[in-house]
Amino acid sequence: MTAALAPIAFEPTDGGFVVELDQFSGPLDLLLTLIREEQLDIADLPIARVCEQFLARIHSLGLSEAAEYLEMAARLIRIKVQMLLPQRAEDEAWEDPRAELVRRLLEYQQMREVVDLLARRGEERRWRLTRGYLPEPTAAPSAPLALSLPELLAAVDRVLRMVREPDLHDVVPRPLDVDGAMATIRAVLALRAKVRWGDVVAREAAPWEVLSALLALLELARRGELKLRQRRPFSPMEISRETAG
Amino acid sequence: MRPLASLLEAALFAGSRPLSLDELSALDPDASPEELRAAIDELKECYDSGSHGIELVEIAGGWQILTRPEYTETIEHAQLAARPHRLSAAALETLAIIAYRQPIGRADIEEIRGVSVGGMLKTLLERGLVDVVGRAEGIGRPLLYGTTPVFLEQFALRHLGELPRADELAVALRAEPRFL
Repeated sequence: MTAALAPIAFEPTDGGFVVELDQFSGPLDLLLTLIREEQLDIADLPIARVCEQFLARIHSLGLSEAAEYLEMAARLIRIKVQMLLPQRAEDEAWEDPRAELVRRLLEYQQMREVVDLLARRGEERRWRLTRGYLPEPTAAPSAPLALSLPELLAAVDRVLRMVREPDLHDVVPRPLDVDGAMATIRAVLALRAKVRWGDVVAREAAPWEVLSALLALLELARRGELKLRQRRPFSPMEISRETAG
Repeated sequence: MRPLASLLEAALFAGSRPLSLDELSALDPDASPEELRAAIDELKECYDSGSHGIELVEIAGGWQILTRPEYTETIEHAQLAARPHRLSAAALETLAIIAYRQPIGRADIEEIRGVSVGGMLKTLLERGLVDVVGRAEGIGRPLLYGTTPVFLEQFALRHLGELPRADELAVALRAEPRFL
């Protein structure tokens, strides 16, 4: 049966190292082959003989280190031992220790029949091609540009005219004036109990002024001279005099 | 050919995968299922009677245009197209178990095969032959696997029922074991 499937393809997989044996796809396969070769009666398996044959075979095939074959060898030895143990006639619960193995062998044999069928159908199907597989283009190719040279030059000209002369300017270090901002805020709060951000920072304020005002507010809040409150995220900040302090 | 048969031909050519009667019926809402069937038969007849290199095959619950097997070797030799890789015996075993016992978990597959099938399952998943169809109840809720339409397509099966029933299989070792 195994011969019908040969040659067996090697299936590389990403996860783990898979050793594919040409001859046997597993311990059950090897066991079935032994039974067939030796023409053993599955209804009354001579377990001692099967066990010895199995061990000899996995040794000669260099499979004695393959866990699955070892497990089967252990199972066979266990069955052999169970067969050797004396059984009492009145013990009704006694089940032939070979029963489970035979059940599995028959089940496996059934499956192998299906494998033969699938291998046959699959091989037939492989000789019929479908329309060739074409990978999806990654992006739809854009339509070729219909453009005359004057149009292209005009476009270049437009782009060039849009580019303004770069503004060159010197960066002047400008220290923040937190103290000045604090004085301003104190003055504003002295007049009104509650003010807004817009009241302490001029509309056209330079970045250094904004930063100064912000630091001044935080500093005053830390000192307990005022309270900062925002009712909702992104709503205007309320700056109120800390009356309790 | 009648216009409906030509339309089906165009759709089956463009679709390249097996298209079911249901899918094909969307082409012409006025056509009855009988008319569709007749058009399919007409197209099939057309391919079979003339000297065509392709044929219409009922597969995976639908119809698909496939090349005739006798030309494949030449096409492959000319390196115009390649046949898909053959599955290994171990992969086929795993696939057979899933086909018969689906939905089935990995542990049950391993129980039947007597070997671990993790790598094999991955291969079958990658090739789209099986898919995760659910989770079992119980500890760890293991994944359950089942076959896909691609499985039917690649094994030229019209549907899963085309596989022989378990009791129809002639178990070569059949001998009524007295303890079974």
